[in-house]
Amino acid sequence: MLVLVLGALAASAMYRRRSARRLERVELYAADGSMASLPEGSVDAERMLSLARDILSVPG
Amino acid sequence: MLSGMDAAQALADLTEISSQVHQVAILDRDRTLLAATARDPLRAERFVAALTPLLEEAERLARSRGLPELDQLEVSTLEGSIFAVRQDDRLIVATTRPDPTVGLVFYDLKHCLGSIDDGAAEARHEPAANGAGEAAEPAPRRRRKADTSA
Repeated sequence: MLVLVLGALAASAMYRRRSARRLERVELYAADGSMASLPEGSVDAERMLSLARDILSVPG
Repeated sequence: MLSGMDAAQALADLTEISSQVHQVAILDRDRTLLAATARDPLRAERFVAALTPLLEEAERLARSRGLPELDQLEVSTLEGSIFAVRQDDRLIVATTRPDPTVGLVFYDLKHCLGSIDDGAAEARHEPAANGAGEAAEPAPRRRRKADTSA
């Protein structure tokens, strides 16, 4: 029983973590309609996310 | 389509109709500030200064991926999102709450840029947070702010 409960908790935590990560994305759109989505976890994506967090932390 | 208006008025309209955007700045091609939601000019300049590295990095990444001229950008984090839209010689950048309605934000930003009259855009930074502030005569509203947080 304890194993089942621990397993469910771990699965739930993993699901929440994956769902949260899906909210983080970087997408670039060109004038001709083409688009590039930076791969999740890539150095470029992480750099852009970090710069975005800097902007979001600026008081309005 | 709204008739042409200045950047501050267009921004006031945007903040009235869109419940999703928080901080917004409208810039010229040379990144001169035309209008911002920040009432304090220093805060507005600080916001623009924070935008610059992101915009430059986005342009570098677009070039490195073979994209022709970058005209839209979305960076979504758990804390909120940054949207940028470029039209002609102007750029609008907005921050939003987390997990916004992406299509609606882009639509509102494009509409805001499209409503700016070329001649009137010369008016430099006038605060426009939460209404028209000290902007000139209000333009007729086409849409009321809707709660899209659901």
